[in-house]
Amino acid sequence: MAILVIAEHDQQSLKAATLHAITAAGKLGGDVHVLVAGHDARGAADAAAKVAGVASVLLAEAPYLAQPTAENMAANALALLPGAYTHVVAAATGYGKNILPRIAARLDVAQISEVIAIDAPDTFVRPIYAGNAFATVQSKDPVKVLTVRTTAFDAAGAGGSAAVTVVPAAPDTGHAKVIAQEIVKSERPELTSARIVISGGRGLGSGENFKMLEALADKLNAAIGASRAAVDAGYVPNDYQVGQTGKIVAPDLYIAIGISGAIQHLAGMKDSKFIVAINKDPDAPIFQVADYGLVGDLFELVPQLTAELG
Amino acid sequence: MKILVPVKRVVDYNVKVRVKPDGSGVDTANVKMSMNPFDEIAIEEAVRLKEKGIATEVVAVSCGLAACQETLRTALALGADRAILVETDVELQPLAVAKLLRAVVGNEAPQLVICGKQAIDDDANQTGQMLAALLDWPQATFASRVEIAGGVATVKREVDGGLETIEMKLPALVTTDLRLNEPRYATLPNIMKAKKKPLDVTSPATLGVDVAPRLATLRVTEPAKRKGGGKVADVKELVAKLRGEAKVIA
Ligand SMILES: Cc1cc2nc3c(=O)[nH]c(=O)nc-3n(C[C@H](O)[C@H](O)[C@H](O)COP(=O)(O)OP(=O)(O)OC[C@H]3O[C@@H](n4cnc5c(N)ncnc54)[C@H](O)[C@@H]3O)c2cc1C
Ligand SMILES: Nc1ncnc2c1ncn2[C@@H]1O[C@H](COP(=O)(O)O)[C@@H](O)[C@H]1O
Repeated sequence: MAILVIAEHDQQSLKAATLHAITAAGKLGGDVHVLVAGHDARGAADAAAKVAGVASVLLAEAPYLAQPTAENMAANALALLPGAYTHVVAAATGYGKNILPRIAARLDVAQISEVIAIDAPDTFVRPIYAGNAFATVQSKDPVKVLTVRTTAFDAAGAGGSAAVTVVPAAPDTGHAKVIAQEIVKSERPELTSARIVISGGRGLGSGENFKMLEALADKLNAAIGASRAAVDAGYVPNDYQVGQTGKIVAPDLYIAIGISGAIQHLAGMKDSKFIVAINKDPDAPIFQVADYGLVGDLFELVPQLTAELG
Repeated sequence: MKILVPVKRVVDYNVKVRVKPDGSGVDTANVKMSMNPFDEIAIEEAVRLKEKGIATEVVAVSCGLAACQETLRTALALGADRAILVETDVELQPLAVAKLLRAVVGNEAPQLVICGKQAIDDDANQTGQMLAALLDWPQATFASRVEIAGGVATVKREVDGGLETIEMKLPALVTTDLRLNEPRYATLPNIMKAKKKPLDVTSPATLGVDVAPRLATLRVTEPAKRKGGGKVADVKELVAKLRGEAKVIA
């Protein structure tokens, strides 16, 4: 029996999130197999084969998998599952969250979402209530389906030499079609894996003012994030949102600028190693989690900080 | 076209929950309960589709304690036409809810189900996807725009790197994200009117669904408290601390 990791990839390479999922899978006791379902995805499969801890890579290719839907990804995983796997694992990204519950439902098993610790192959810790409580849950199901929080497990390193086995792709479910994508390629590090994250909130006042954060991010090679309020106001795109219902980050340094620190925001960043908060309200809740709080007007302080960093 | 909207009664988003000292769960006694915010967005979207003449009826459904009737009355006040309570005292997990909803879909035959993307208590983000899989329906999760025309739903979704647009034939399932719409508030006259709208009560047994939990919660603990509250006087001190003490910048 083995553990199946559903890879997230862009056909040529693996997404960083999958490296964290592979580490989590390695703690479950069993060979780790990685399913790469895609179109012309040999590059991604070869990349998965080189990851430490991977015993086998299964490559399912079909033209319809160029733009994968949850229905088709689930169908390809389900085709491999019967009797062969004890666990199905994916990173708790938007991608993984879209697919895994379909697999669990079809297997008639529970899914355990956003696992942050593995106590035993059937016992997992997961945050509930915006991370204000941790629940330890035990699954009685024959197959455990988990999404894992990438910030809780290190990225697996290089050094693997698994074989890539081609498996037949499941037939196209024909259910849904991806007809457009608006994915902005950024030169900056990715939000969920950056060492430094600078986030702006409603206090920024406009999208134009986020340029100030970009200048600071350039100095620090940082990713840029935002609060829900900043996204709702249209200052920045939706994929910048950090929080309970956005992205979960835990960088070495998180700088929150003009963000009040609502529990929903804290849920996405309070595991950062160091937190800096810049806010003009000394009573803003963000200061309760900040290692270095700076009270004052961000429009003065941010340019000063950028200048000070030379 | 009929739209079914599952709504969950949850601890209000403004409440910071406390873990019970015996580690059995979180304290929900005397805590403000509300409709899950994503489900308010779902109701709003369904009601707007009705107002546009695309939908003919909006049915809200909730699974859980008798107190979920309050949540359903809110849904009715926001514009749902009818409500169904699947009443049970059993702790419901997403798979069980999805099975109950499948049975309700079987009875009601909606063309569209709009769920919230995530309940803010269990933070599971599963039920909609599970329901779609059980029904063998297409899904569009994390929706930020929904258009329905000619039996096809075109949905813009919030994905990890930006946005994606999906086209799917009805019947289909959508889960809402925060940017889909801004829900209205219930007006007093509508709250009064909601009291007279039909609310049917059924049960897992009547629907023929086994809702026994698959996950046993062994314990619930409080996360380690972060030591915050540190302040610096100015930018110079901040940079000195980040370099010397935290060593996170060069
Ligand atoms: C279902 C649900 C899910 C949610 N999910 C998320 C989520 O994932 N992520 C998230 O972030 N939020 C989320 N929220 C929203 C959350 O509750 C807050 O509303 C939001 O985080 C507030 O954003 P903010 O801190 O930018 O804005 P505000 O709370 O308005 O704070 C702005 C801050 O800027 C400061 N400020 C203003 N001007 C200046 C200045 N010139 N200089 C310095 N400081 C200044 C103010 O003092 C204030 O503290 C969610 C809410 C709900 C209901
Ligand atoms: N007990 C319930 N009753 C009705 N709808 C529910 C219930 N639980 C979950 N849902 C629906 O499923 C969505 C996602 O919930 P979850 O999978 O628990 O995060 C919610 O936003 C609701 O639309």
